[in-house]
Amino acid sequence: MKIKSQRDFWSGLMFISVGIAFAWGATNYSFGSSARPGPGFFPLGLGVLMALLGATVLFKALTIEVEGGAPVGAFAWKPLVTILAAVVIFGFALPRLGMAMTLPLLIVVASLAGDEFRLREALINSVVLTVGCWVIFIYGLKLTIPLWPVFLGL
Amino acid sequence: MDLINNLALGFGVAFTFQNLLYAFGGAILGTLIGVLPGLGPVATIAMLLPSIYALEATPALIMLAGIYYGAQYGGSTTAILINVPGESSSVVTAIDGYAMARKGRAGPALAAAGLGSFFAGCVGTIIIAAFAPPLTEVAFKFGPAEYFSLMVLGLVGAVVLASGSLVKAIAMILLGLLLGQINTDVISGVPRYSFDIPELTDGIGFVAIAMGVFGFGEIIANLGRPAENREVFTKDVKGLWPTRQDFKDAFPAVLRGTALGSILGVLPGGGALLASFAAYTVEKKMKFRPGEVPFGQGNIRGVAGPESANNAGAQTSFIPMLTLGIPPNAVMALMVGAMTIKGIQPGPQVMTSNPELFWGLIASMWVGNAMLVILNLPLIGIWIKLLTVPYRFLFPAILSFCCIGLYSLNNNNFDVFMAAGFGLVGYVFYKLSCEPAPLLLGFILGPMMEENLRRALLLSRGDWGTFMTRPLSAGLLIAAILMIVVVSLPAIKNKREEAFQDAD
Repeated sequence: MKIKSQRDFWSGLMFISVGIAFAWGATNYSFGSSARPGPGFFPLGLGVLMALLGATVLFKALTIEVEGGAPVGAFAWKPLVTILAAVVIFGFALPRLGMAMTLPLLIVVASLAGDEFRLREALINSVVLTVGCWVIFIYGLKLTIPLWPVFLGL
Repeated sequence: MDLINNLALGFGVAFTFQNLLYAFGGAILGTLIGVLPGLGPVATIAMLLPSIYALEATPALIMLAGIYYGAQYGGSTTAILINVPGESSSVVTAIDGYAMARKGRAGPALAAAGLGSFFAGCVGTIIIAAFAPPLTEVAFKFGPAEYFSLMVLGLVGAVVLASGSLVKAIAMILLGLLLGQINTDVISGVPRYSFDIPELTDGIGFVAIAMGVFGFGEIIANLGRPAENREVFTKDVKGLWPTRQDFKDAFPAVLRGTALGSILGVLPGGGALLASFAAYTVEKKMKFRPGEVPFGQGNIRGVAGPESANNAGAQTSFIPMLTLGIPPNAVMALMVGAMTIKGIQPGPQVMTSNPELFWGLIASMWVGNAMLVILNLPLIGIWIKLLTVPYRFLFPAILSFCCIGLYSLNNNNFDVFMAAGFGLVGYVFYKLSCEPAPLLLGFILGPMMEENLRRALLLSRGDWGTFMTRPLSAGLLIAAILMIVVVSLPAIKNKREEAFQDAD
């Protein structure tokens, strides 16, 4: 069997697996009856329905010819990993190091995702944005965001 | 005259110094994000949600509304000048707007877009003021069965009118509904799909999904594409004023666009995006004046029609949100979230319980539209300058604001990690060409839908017939079925694909 549309093939698989996972998870909760629907009622129905739709997408992907085969194309691994890593580092560091250190970290790491990285620019960007965020969020909107590292004890 | 009294109350609220300031701030911010590619109103409003804790409800909503319609104006500027629609609803504007700019007629194109939008915004505001009260009356007659059917209609409408594959869009809605099931069951109090993670028992944060999928996912996708060489027609923007012939051509298009946009905006799943596509298709079908420039080569009607339509649609899409508490699109879903944050339960009772908020918001829309014309036409030079900021400075800024917004939502880094996860998911959706907007709508409506479904079944003692025997509910469901059937008809299906293909 030949896959006619790569994108739909993988979409279909995704929908089927997520649908089954939710439906299977729903069996842990009471289904109830039509007259007294329990907490598992709605998610089970939805999960099954989604798996069925996923199967439809999959079936179409295997039968209906699409121009060019709709390839998924290469993943942009560099920006994907860099940006997400920068965000995770931010989440991990903010409560510990405070905004004054975490934001420059986020910005420098994230800047690596671009094709034209220049350290000087990234550093200038860090300073401008950190000061800007302090003015907007901490000074202006008075949000409680840690500013300095915990170990400084400020 | 109730209408006059209500509007007077509204303008009284909108014209206070504080509210004018927030309307202005929202309009500026909206224009800014409209001009900047890769940052839409959904991500921006999501980003600002935490900050509205510090504000009162009325100025907060006025500001958020300003962002939404400001983005419609800003998006057209980039569409015309650099052929990059800043907003998805400006995609069709780029076709003829950019062609006009190439011919040195960027000024008239911008003026047609701005003035057309203003006209549409005024009409939209009046329509909301006139139709919201009677619709609210109807809404009070709604029981759980009607609400459930209405939401089905809304979700079906959202996919039928969206671009791309129908089955995939419905599957995305279901995915959204399922993600909405990760919470504590309201009726029995059982935590579902929480894997013993305490943060998950309150459900996934809406903002985390919106920012992950729309904010981070978009940034990754943008960085993954090779940089294009953009030609900016900055020097050519002189002589802003259109000629008399331009006015003659554009005015009927503005009227048609406004009418179409006002209707489509109210429909569930409608709003600005659909309105602009439909208006462009209509303009192409209209009779041509002898010697008129063909479409795609800089016809002013191709700018005026869609731009009026998207602004009218943006305005009237507030109607279902304000009267029924049901968001017709993702931006309105965020507005519902904002109201909930401020302790206001969206629904038909808002008009009577918070009249200042309700009418003040409506009046502020007119005020905001007037501000936008001033912001956009004489100050166009400033916005053009912004277009020259390279993306490598822009995306770290967007990322920083998103991360801080996520953290301050609950003063907890859990939402930051969730959003990172959804960033990955968003990129996968992008790669598989699965439209993420229906997912967001499903996610918002999921818990409401479940509650109403189960209540309706409880009331009818398990009889599913209740959805078809109650006339209002039956009507809504039949409308939903008709929509699917009509779109599935081969003739319409091709037309629909053709309409969306024009944009590519």
